[in-house]
Amino acid sequence: MFKRAVLAAVFLTLAAAPSFADARSDAKEQVEFGIRVAQRGLWREAVYRWQRAVAIDPTYAAAYNNLAIAYEHEGELEKARQAYEKATELDPGNAMIRQNFDLFREINDRTNRRGGS
Amino acid sequence: MTARIAAAAVSLGTVIVLSGCTSFYEIPIETPIQPKMDVSPFQRVLIAGFVSGGSDDVDTNLETVRLLRSQLRTKSSLRVIEADVLPLVEMARDQQPAGTNGEAAEPPQAGTNPPAERTNPPAEHGAAPIREEKDLEPYETLFANVELWKKIGEEYQNPLIVTGTILFTPHERAGFVQREQEYFDAVGRRRVTPVRTYMQRKGFILRPKFVFIDGRTGTTLYSESFREEILYSPQNSTPALSSYFELMDRLIPSFLSTLSTQKIRGARILLK
Repeated sequence: MFKRAVLAAVFLTLAAAPSFADARSDAKEQVEFGIRVAQRGLWREAVYRWQRAVAIDPTYAAAYNNLAIAYEHEGELEKARQAYEKATELDPGNAMIRQNFDLFREINDRTNRRGGS
Repeated sequence: MTARIAAAAVSLGTVIVLSGCTSFYEIPIETPIQPKMDVSPFQRVLIAGFVSGGSDDVDTNLETVRLLRSQLRTKSSLRVIEADVLPLVEMARDQQPAGTNGEAAEPPQAGTNPPAERTNPPAEHGAAPIREEKDLEPYETLFANVELWKKIGEEYQNPLIVTGTILFTPHERAGFVQREQEYFDAVGRRRVTPVRTYMQRKGFILRPKFVFIDGRTGTTLYSESFREEILYSPQNSTPALSSYFELMDRLIPSFLSTLSTQKIRGARILLK
């Protein structure tokens, strides 16, 4: 009985692997296209591409990182913060994501620190 | 030794693998920061003047008005009204009710008087100069005088009015300061080493409070206070006016971001 369960689990994992790989490769295409358009200054298109990438593969930290940057550039600071948080949650050891997030926080904190009345 | 070589090989391998796997692109970005105030109801702005005090070396009222006007002309969509700077100190003194400070005061310029129990600015005769923060407190009622600001607003066709207080005071402080000392080593090479020295430094503190008033209603829409200081070594004899501009330079971005969208330039790393 136990043997059968293990076999079933292995089978399911192997069967699912190509679909995970497909999702990542589809998402990667979107991410790469997003990078190309962002480099030309087409940030709205880039946002669209990276939104698609995270929809296709919600575990893709780089896509969240890029989306956060695009939101930052568009002035949507709350969305940017959420995307950075997701990116760091998915890839906590990534120094580049951390650096981007730190720079973002510096600006965001400055904006929120305004002492007016 | 073998273990050390193995560790080095592993770390080098890791670097190679990481650099091979990770593609990244640095990209410049401009983060727009939304203005703190909605200025859409206004087409024009009047920098009315400031209640100012502190150092006698700089006319901070006049200089601040000039500086803010020139900044707004180039960095804001609002049209800047060119008008004489209002003598706010005198106006505040004039609006006090009769009988205070033992003087028969002039009738107030406009409408609402501050309640009698409030502290009023000193009367013109024998008035104490504004030297520190507490000397500015009596003038706070001036900014709450809705009728006065409404009247000024009507005069200039309902602009956004910018006013407030400015205190620019000399300041000195003793303490340890780190500086770099140059020396030449045994073989004649120039070296620099950090040295902590105790010294008395002199400078200035700038404490502006900007008050934004709706010229249509006379009410305060927003206010913000700042504090900046600068200290120089005793050998440095920077003129007061230069210090004033140096300190104002630090505040101007914050002031402008109250009225208009500012963009902060930076760079981020896009990942594949």
